[in-house]
Amino acid sequence: MSNKEQQQEYAQKIKPLQPKPPYVINCLKAYLVGGLICVIGEALMKFYMTYFNFNEETAGNPTAATLILIAALLTGIGVYDKIGQFGGAGSAVPVTGFANAVTSAALEHKSEGIVLGIATNLFKLAGAVIVFGAVSAYIFGMIRYAFKTLM
Amino acid sequence: MDYLWAFLVGGAICVVGQLLIDIFKLTPAHVTTSFVVLGALLDAFGIYDNLIKFAGAGATVPITSFGHNLLHGAMASAEEHGFIGIAMGIFELTSAGISSAILFGFLVALIFKPKG
Amino acid sequence: MKLQGRQTWKFGDQVYLNSTGTAVGPMESEGPLGSLFDVRYNDLHCNEKNWELAERRLMEDSIASCLGKAKLTNEDINFFLAGDLLNQVVTANYVARGNEIPFLGVFGACSTSMESLAVGAALVDGGFAQRVVAAVSSHNATAERQFRYPTEYGGQKPDTATFTVTGAGAALISSEPSPIRIASATIGKVQDLGIKDPFDMGSAMAPAAADTIMTHLKETGMAPGDYDLIVTGDLSGVGAPIVKMLLKEKGIDVSNNHRDCGLMVYRPDQEVFAGGSGCGCSAVVTYGHLVKELMSGSLKRILVVATGALLNPTMIQQKESIPTIAHAVALEGIKGGSN
Repeated sequence: MSNKEQQQEYAQKIKPLQPKPPYVINCLKAYLVGGLICVIGEALMKFYMTYFNFNEETAGNPTAATLILIAALLTGIGVYDKIGQFGGAGSAVPVTGFANAVTSAALEHKSEGIVLGIATNLFKLAGAVIVFGAVSAYIFGMIRYAFKTLM
Repeated sequence: MDYLWAFLVGGAICVVGQLLIDIFKLTPAHVTTSFVVLGALLDAFGIYDNLIKFAGAGATVPITSFGHNLLHGAMASAEEHGFIGIAMGIFELTSAGISSAILFGFLVALIFKPKG
Repeated sequence: MKLQGRQTWKFGDQVYLNSTGTAVGPMESEGPLGSLFDVRYNDLHCNEKNWELAERRLMEDSIASCLGKAKLTNEDINFFLAGDLLNQVVTANYVARGNEIPFLGVFGACSTSMESLAVGAALVDGGFAQRVVAAVSSHNATAERQFRYPTEYGGQKPDTATFTVTGAGAALISSEPSPIRIASATIGKVQDLGIKDPFDMGSAMAPAAADTIMTHLKETGMAPGDYDLIVTGDLSGVGAPIVKMLLKEKGIDVSNNHRDCGLMVYRPDQEVFAGGSGCGCSAVVTYGHLVKELMSGSLKRILVVATGALLNPTMIQQKESIPTIAHAVALEGIKGGSN
């Protein structure tokens, strides 16, 4: 087993030989892909507000659902992982990334059956988002409501 | 104009995520969970609503808006039922997103085969 | 004494590599060595229902083609030494269930190819076996789903990541003369210099490869130039320069005769990040390509150093670093098929 100094020395030594992530290009790609997904979202929102009975507050729901449907289908036909490799966070951060995490996990475990494979693994990757979202919303909600009632 | 702001703000949020991945070596899962917490936090100070007014889908499509919606639902329900309402209302507004993710994810997994 | 030094086996004159078989997936078929592989699939599923079955099919095909060339059947084989990257080496276990050859499962991650070849040669040399089949396999999708993320997940991979080779290789080892002799083998020590990034296995494995090459040369008394080629398994574009640097520091210059299987199996313009990896990588390159070069005489003596990252996702999440290992086997071409 190597000690700390040897590990640090090795890390230093190999640093010049390791390729660095292309920070600028990755950020530009993420900006482009993430921005475009939001533009599609904006178009969907306008669509639901014009042709259906939705207002600015409520149009977010069918928009999210539609984007999730599109992302799930793109995952199914094997395209979303390619978009993800190109766009990085640009395709992971929008709600479509959430849909991809859900769908890809379910799809991958299809071979283990519908109950123990698909259903059990559906939230394998995306579950963390819901857990952290719900817990933090609960905590922030408590604090905010406490402030409000005390003031 | 709406489209331009949606592009600019939505893209910018994604760039923050990309920097967290490339520089701080976070996994995408860590980035999305942090963003949900961040969205809820911004909503706790009432900031996120302003961002939505300004950027539209640029603020509602990124996963940060999931945190914002969770807290929003909780607070709306708290108005009615007090402290108990917070837990009751958390998933009120995000129901469409979660149920469609479950439904579409399940159906796609049933129909398609992984391509690799 | 067949043991040289502490960890090198010098085999007698009667251990031969009689026949090999390879089976690969679509990306490998399109690679520069594509036409050299025995069985090629255009479909990553290899006409099977799921990824695990596809990998099993590859290993079965490689063995069938290896034995077919030697005109032997399963009954002629004493022992089947096999391994793969999956938990409990399931591919090897299920292939062994089918072929009913007495079976020893081996695991050394991507170094399993040379581990099984070395142990098989030792069994033959020691008189414990007449004929041994050593086989390994890896599959891009089974590896992705076990070690990383679901195959359709859109997570971005860095340039240091490697691409698991979809392929299997099998080798027949016996004391019956053939154009290729298994000369010696060096069993590696597990090395760990603290690399924790599962997307940078080249950096993690390079010290293991350097240590095994250095030890092999020291214990056999050979010079790097004695080998036409010193081939590492799957160090890829990141690890290959590191191993050269580490060896240079010890006064060993391999800059002219070092190659890496991970860089040979794909074209540079194929989208495989830093290069190929997996036990299929060193196996298909060695058994599909290098062996043919030895037979034709364009290579006379080579050292294959298969490198393995003993990676486990649970251990990585518990913040452990990646232990790595490398095993070396020296192969010699004999003109005319006997000496």
